Amino acid sequence: MRRYLLRQLVQLIVVIIGISILAFSILHVIGDPVTLLLPQNAGKEEYARYKHLMGLDQPIWVQYWKFATRAVQGDFGKSWYGNTPAFPLVIERMPATIYLTVSGLGVALLIALPLGVVAALKRHSVVDTFCTMLAVAGQAMPIFWLGIMLIIIFAVRLKVLPASGYGTWQNFVLPAFCLGAFLAPLTMRLVRSGLIEVMNMEFIKTARAKGVGERMVVIKHAFRNACIPVVTVLGLQFGQLLGGAIITETVFAWPGVATLTVDSIRNQDFPVVQCAVVLLALIIVIVNTAVDILVGLIDPRIRTGA
Amino acid sequence: MAVGPDATVVAPPLETAARPDAAGASWRRLGRLKWGVGGAVVFLLIVASAVCAPLISPYDPLSVDIKHRMTPPAWMEGGSREHLLGTDQVGRDLLSRVIWGGRVSLLAGTSTVILSSIIGVFFGLTAGYFGGRVDWNIMTLINVMLTFPFVLLALAVIAVLGPSLANMVKVLAVTGWPVYARIVRAETLALRERDFVLAAKALGMSHLRIILGQILPNLISPIVVVATLQIAQVIILESTLSFLGLGIQPPTPAWGNMLGEGRVYMLNSWWIAAFPGLAIFITTLVINLMGNGLRDWLDPHMKL
Repeated sequence: MRRYLLRQLVQLIVVIIGISILAFSILHVIGDPVTLLLPQNAGKEEYARYKHLMGLDQPIWVQYWKFATRAVQGDFGKSWYGNTPAFPLVIERMPATIYLTVSGLGVALLIALPLGVVAALKRHSVVDTFCTMLAVAGQAMPIFWLGIMLIIIFAVRLKVLPASGYGTWQNFVLPAFCLGAFLAPLTMRLVRSGLIEVMNMEFIKTARAKGVGERMVVIKHAFRNACIPVVTVLGLQFGQLLGGAIITETVFAWPGVATLTVDSIRNQDFPVVQCAVVLLALIIVIVNTAVDILVGLIDPRIRTGA
Repeated sequence: MAVGPDATVVAPPLETAARPDAAGASWRRLGRLKWGVGGAVVFLLIVASAVCAPLISPYDPLSVDIKHRMTPPAWMEGGSREHLLGTDQVGRDLLSRVIWGGRVSLLAGTSTVILSSIIGVFFGLTAGYFGGRVDWNIMTLINVMLTFPFVLLALAVIAVLGPSLANMVKVLAVTGWPVYARIVRAETLALRERDFVLAAKALGMSHLRIILGQILPNLISPIVVVATLQIAQVIILESTLSFLGLGIQPPTPAWGNMLGEGRVYMLNSWWIAAFPGLAIFITTLVINLMGNGLRDWLDPHMKL
């Protein structure tokens, strides 16, 4: 177990360093921050002065080291617009994004668990066929189109729910459903295939032979074991979920990190973009590592690397 | 083709192994193939309409006609037969724009898939064949890429490079390859131990000849299946970027940016946003059906 934890920790550190290099290179390798910042008609002298001022004339690894040591302390520089530090600007928007992500995950589970279980237990039944169709259609549905259709139907036509805004529970309904519908097809398929696989195993037959009721067999013996692949894949999909949240936020004008990032990109406000990318990526890798450790705790086969 | 069910080492899922009614199963398989063939036919129609866009589209997709702006679709009150799907906010014919928009989406989809499959197959073969440290490094990279939300990366990169079709294809290709690499690696790991590869090694073939001549041909069918399914993914991602204003720039018609533009007018003219969205939905749906059918046809045991 110790070895497993250590390996996970080393991997986490490698990934975090990788992300910091990625965020650093967004600005410094792909583009030239000085030309982005200065007006088009700026002269050569102006350019050199600015480059020196920003420390961009130093070797690239010195610049990276500076960026990394500051980032560890939560200093990503100041926003090129409001002249406020980037870090609090992003942190301030974080709760809204996290609430949306969690409620989206909740909706996805609410849809996927019952449907997946019924589909697995009654294979090739009407419900199963319906679920398959729903999954195929759901995977072809662009999340932003679903969001817009939800707005047209529920906010514009029926006028029962607000199209945007933040604060009351009504504001949560459409975005959470939109995000949940994005994740539900995959979750449903996982639950179904996981449960089908487990139901064919020896210990289920043993439980049945011992006279355990079918309901108990499903709930206590099968479902728990079927949860392992579901938790693992959902953990790995957390990044995709957050990616879905980014689009959902844009559609519903949700005041989260994503809308801030998209706006900052449009304004070419790179310190804010870097900060947001690093923080979101941090959340993702931490969740992934936590899930890996959790799964390793539940299932000893995984941590021994079988 | 040299590929059959026995070419993959992935054990057949218990679902098929424990199925009692073999006759029913084969009927069902035929049923799924039917869906796949149907999907392929519709997909070919969409491709044909995109290729023949200059011939079949009733109007120039860029010609503005302010007098007839926001005309509803033909079957609605106020609609006219001249514009079957209605017109947008500056009077451009929506049907023509949807047809032309397909060109961009399909072009972006196929070129991205070709690029990213080449990168992915290269890394997958290298990792799977050589194993050890090389494998560990590549797998770590793959895992990082797979967990990182693509949208975030694409947003950041395009912000610096500037939005255009070429930049978008680059970003999508660079972010899309891990899917191929992972599958190719898993298959290569298994193929490496097979007798014909060991025999080739014993004969003294070079690594390159073994990889290209012995292993790669056995990987064609999983790659084709994944690539087909990926086209659908890429079309969705491309339209997402265009929707956010970071992909294809207006006035060039692309399904994503049409949707983004139409969003503003959805209060009164829902059709401007609805039809391009429907086009994305139908296209990705038929590609997915086709990909699933292809998988069942080439190798029903393939686990993707």
